[in-house]
Amino acid sequence: MFWQVTLNLLEGFGVTCLIFAATLVCALPLGLILAFGSMSKFKPLKAVVKVFVWIIRGTPLMLQILVIYYGPALLFGWGFLDRVVAVIVAFVINYACYFSEIYRGGIESISKGQYEAGQVLGMTKSQIFFKVVLLQVVKRIVPPMSNEVITLVKDTSLARIIVVEEILKVAYDYTVRGLIWPLFYTAVYYLIFVGVLTLLFGFIEKKLGYFRV
Amino acid sequence: MAFLEVKNYRKKFGDNEVLKGISFSLEKGEVLAIIGSSGGGKTTLLRCLNFLEIPDEGTLTLGGETLFDASEKKKNAESDIREKRLHFGLVFQQFNLFPQYTVFKNITLAQTLLAKAEFRQKKKDFSAVLKSAPPAERKKLKEEQKTILAEIRAGQKKRIEEKAEGLLSRVGLSEKKNAYPYELSGGQQQRVAIARALALSPDILCFDEPTSALDPELTGEVLKVIKGLKSSESTMIVVTHEMEFAKNVADHVIFIADGVIEEEGTPEEVFENPKSEKTKAFLQKSRDLLGEEAEEVKGDVL
Repeated sequence: MFWQVTLNLLEGFGVTCLIFAATLVCALPLGLILAFGSMSKFKPLKAVVKVFVWIIRGTPLMLQILVIYYGPALLFGWGFLDRVVAVIVAFVINYACYFSEIYRGGIESISKGQYEAGQVLGMTKSQIFFKVVLLQVVKRIVPPMSNEVITLVKDTSLARIIVVEEILKVAYDYTVRGLIWPLFYTAVYYLIFVGVLTLLFGFIEKKLGYFRV
Repeated sequence: MAFLEVKNYRKKFGDNEVLKGISFSLEKGEVLAIIGSSGGGKTTLLRCLNFLEIPDEGTLTLGGETLFDASEKKKNAESDIREKRLHFGLVFQQFNLFPQYTVFKNITLAQTLLAKAEFRQKKKDFSAVLKSAPPAERKKLKEEQKTILAEIRAGQKKRIEEKAEGLLSRVGLSEKKNAYPYELSGGQQQRVAIARALALSPDILCFDEPTSALDPELTGEVLKVIKGLKSSESTMIVVTHEMEFAKNVADHVIFIADGVIEEEGTPEEVFENPKSEKTKAFLQKSRDLLGEEAEEVKGDVL
């Protein structure tokens, strides 16, 4: 029994990991693009990005999942997206917005002097960004990023709102059938996952500890 | 014609005209000190010389060549400005070393990037030559080019590193080569910043209040380094609050107030026989301040 539950939960955990990984892979770069948009000197672009980020950060992720899944069908009569795909799309959009604000904070925290030092040394804009600024930004955003990434692990449980078989959904189905402990057993999976992430972020922080900004 | 000639530099920020027509000239190997109270436009002038700000009006000639003319807007695109900047070096008040790099890498970074660009260009040229060569000779030519390119790359590396070593010993920090900026005192960081600026062999090295961010006991070592550069015929422009330093090191002094040059001349002329009332008042004020500071120090000791 225990073994069977463990395996079933593991299967659900696989879906959880898939949502997690896909979100990170897509939202990390997308967030950077949004961050540049929100810092753009081109006012209309900046305004559009800011409003977009406001809407996404200002509404529940659960609602966004529902909109992405049901919206196209109800509004335009299109077909439904695959459930997991819909969840991933919603997560990517949501997390890209949060990441973009972290990036923006990190980039804006770098002193003007660093850019100017690069300029007077004849560096190009991209050289200044990649050779001078980027690593300092990374160092600054590791702590808030680790927070956000750990939150993402647990946010994946929202996917069950459109019946995606992630770990908590699997466990919840057991309780419906009168078996309550698998629900609490899921905590072990989450804790192990978050534990690994915590170690990983600790390692990155230590790696970047050789200099101070 | 003087080595550097700045004519009628004007710069506005919004409605605030910070530079109201500044003209001066400087001979090669001379040291120019710019003094004046805060907000008078000294730093803006320096930033305009380094093209961190683009003047609204005015021209700049260097070594007889017109480097900048505000009326030729299209010539002032980013890439052109970048090349112009290389004629000038700038040492900042806040050092602005790159924190993630060692002292050595701070000094070599910009040069390495320039060398890489040069190398890429060479490679491009070579492959163009290769394409136009008769097919029979191509293989041999390719081998030759490979050797030459390897030599160029090794040569660049050697040149850059030797130069950095030399500069480090000149600012007295050879033993800090592998330290990171946070491990250094402010004075040491500023000396590294000086070496970093010199690494690109600018025609004119500018200093923006190089000792203002330092504890009083650390200003001496930085001023000594700057003084040491004078003997090696570097042309320098120093914005400073250190009147004694300006008096001792500068060949020429400019007093800027409210965006215009209020007074200029040799240190003797400006410091001993100022003609303008504003200059007199400013010098008196800085003497008073110095006096007060001296009193304070005395008070502390007692």
